[in-house]
Amino acid sequence: MATTAEGFDIHDHGHDAHDHADHKPGFFARWFMSTNHKDIGTMYLIFAIIAGIVGGAISGIMRVELAEPGIQYLQWWAQFMGGGNDLNTALHMWNVFITAHGLIMVFFMVMPAMIGGFGNWFVPLMIGAPDMAFPRMNNVSFWLTVAGFISLLFSLFVPGGTGPGAGTGWTVYAPLSTSGSVGPAVDFAIFSLHLAGAGSILGATNFITTIFNMRAPGMTLHKMPLFVWSVLVTAFLLLLALPVLAAAITMLLTDRNFGTTFFNPAGGGDPVLYQHLFWFFGHPEVYIMILPGFGMISQIVATFSKKPVFGYLGMAYAMVAIGVVGFIVWAHHMYTVGLDVNTKMYFTAATMVIAVPTGVKIFSWIATMWGGSISFKSPMVWSMGFIFLFTVGGVTGVVLANGGIDDNLHDTYYVVAHFHYVLSMGAVFSMFAGFYYWFPKMSGRMHSELLSHLHFWTFFVGVNVIFFPQHFLGMQGMPRRYPDYAEAFTFWHQISTYGYYIMAGSMIFFFVNILYALVAGKKAEANPWGEGATTLEWTLPSPPPYHQFETLPVITDAHDYHDHRPATA
Amino acid sequence: MASIAPPSPETSRRNLRTGAFAFAGALAMLGLGYASVPLYRLFCQVTGFGGTTMSATESDAARAAAAATGQKISIRFDATTAMGMPWTFRPTQATDTVTIGERDIATYTARNDSAQAITGMATFNVEPEQAGKYFNKIQCFCFTEQTLQPGQEVTMPVLYFVDPAMLDDPNMKGVEQITLSYTFHRAEDPVNPAPTRSN
Repeated sequence: MATTAEGFDIHDHGHDAHDHADHKPGFFARWFMSTNHKDIGTMYLIFAIIAGIVGGAISGIMRVELAEPGIQYLQWWAQFMGGGNDLNTALHMWNVFITAHGLIMVFFMVMPAMIGGFGNWFVPLMIGAPDMAFPRMNNVSFWLTVAGFISLLFSLFVPGGTGPGAGTGWTVYAPLSTSGSVGPAVDFAIFSLHLAGAGSILGATNFITTIFNMRAPGMTLHKMPLFVWSVLVTAFLLLLALPVLAAAITMLLTDRNFGTTFFNPAGGGDPVLYQHLFWFFGHPEVYIMILPGFGMISQIVATFSKKPVFGYLGMAYAMVAIGVVGFIVWAHHMYTVGLDVNTKMYFTAATMVIAVPTGVKIFSWIATMWGGSISFKSPMVWSMGFIFLFTVGGVTGVVLANGGIDDNLHDTYYVVAHFHYVLSMGAVFSMFAGFYYWFPKMSGRMHSELLSHLHFWTFFVGVNVIFFPQHFLGMQGMPRRYPDYAEAFTFWHQISTYGYYIMAGSMIFFFVNILYALVAGKKAEANPWGEGATTLEWTLPSPPPYHQFETLPVITDAHDYHDHRPATA
Repeated sequence: MASIAPPSPETSRRNLRTGAFAFAGALAMLGLGYASVPLYRLFCQVTGFGGTTMSATESDAARAAAAATGQKISIRFDATTAMGMPWTFRPTQATDTVTIGERDIATYTARNDSAQAITGMATFNVEPEQAGKYFNKIQCFCFTEQTLQPGQEVTMPVLYFVDPAMLDDPNMKGVEQITLSYTFHRAEDPVNPAPTRSN
């Protein structure tokens, strides 16, 4: 056990050693040429917060417009964005908003925060590695993502058909995205996906290599924390799914600009092929967005229940199973393109199978809490909110999985409600949980528990008021992607918009909390969460030294998957 | 600049190898994305999936005719033109009742209503989808591009038969009518933007 203890006391070294580990380069070199996984993680998180503000503001514009039937504000926005004053431009503006909201939230908020932010920060720390396997490539990944975001923002200001911007939906279906959208906006949007996709593929390669090769001595795959497992599975999904998207959107580009007809029936192509390719990527993508969240929730629930997570191996392999099955269910997004009954039967059954490993995870989290000594700290309440709301979204997912029922609900607000329950409540709740869990570690300052609890309760009420009524709207036949609707839908649309105000107001607590913590927050100890926090990042000071684990920690046989602390600590 | 010791050459080598494998995986998926285009077409042609009709030779037709049992089925003919295609295109007959297995001929007429010569290409499909693999075309105007001079009107034949094997397919039970649908598209520069509408 002596070796373990030696490996761990680097943060307790004398003055000299500390200086050496904590020597930082100058501002420009540190932040623009960064090869440090913690700095890159911080940049990803800041980037994701900025993109989240933009994407969230766009959803505010949409909710305000939808509060009443008829077109209220779109024409003003169309003019503001440099378009004409006519109705068609206004309606195009709506398409641009839904497209930008979707693309920003998926590619520039959730993915950078989950994988780039928390993944970069905590995968090396949790496996006892000094840094990522390819630190320079890590930097390239980040700046490719930023370049992608800029390309997407740029697309808003160039012609895209009936007005400025790409109005194709985040799915970029042909023929709307080919012959239906004249002008460079869609090209810029596609290029943005190329850049973000390339960044993510490089990032995935980096994570896979790091997790396979850089684990501390004795940290076997079956002793890795579940968050590391979740990032490993996510990296594989990225690696296998994103290139298919790249192929599909490259074909769109050549269809648009070079006269190919991959998706044009006039030249022997088929627009449905694009949908197959897109969803072959798109379905794994939804698991890419939620799996790291699963990993964080596992860490947090175990920490605040002061118990090892229930069914560790089941939890790890449930994620693997979700990843594998996620690749063979794509056509449940396109039940209405004219699939025959047998195909629908297969995709219905395969989709429902995913409920099994997902159920394993939900019940294992509950079993982890069962009999535990639970402390309701901010990360824990966000996690419990996640478990509840993700399950609600999962249940509506099982409803939508049915090919027959989907004929009725396809492209209605029911679908919108479903995927916002799993994403803007599932993924986002897990990100806030992870943020409050690790913020003291990352910043070295404690946030206010009061503000984070206020943030939780107001956000919880807000998002439910936004999205629960959308189930009713969908079942009553309100189609998605429309700025106007029949008067009968007004009531629930108004409620939904009130929910947005509550949710937006709750974000004040979040930003005030960050500000408070950075300015006046109490200094965080190495482990502010107590005996339940047993992974390696809590053995380092908060914030961790610029370079950590110069002497690798050693995980001995006495350690299990849960407790990686040195025996004498 | 003070920095921690770089990873050992052994670790670096292993990292490069793992990274290269991962990257190769991504490249393979990229290739698969493109390969899906011919694979998808092949799959539809072989299986008649999604209502892709089959093209057949004379000998196939003779074999089918030999297996004919005298049962009949109704065929409905449908014609549409794609957006921006200034042709009038319609079937000569709305429906026809044919003996399953025996070849039959149907005709469509097309007229170019514009002032310039236009080349068109027809795409086709049948409903219900499961009938696709039993609907065989021996000759069809849709196999080649058609050019019409301004005002020119032509009659175009389709020579087809319905495979008697459909009688043994449980999925075809209760199918009493098969719809054959054609859509004419402009063949030249298909991505050409439609003239911008102004309001």
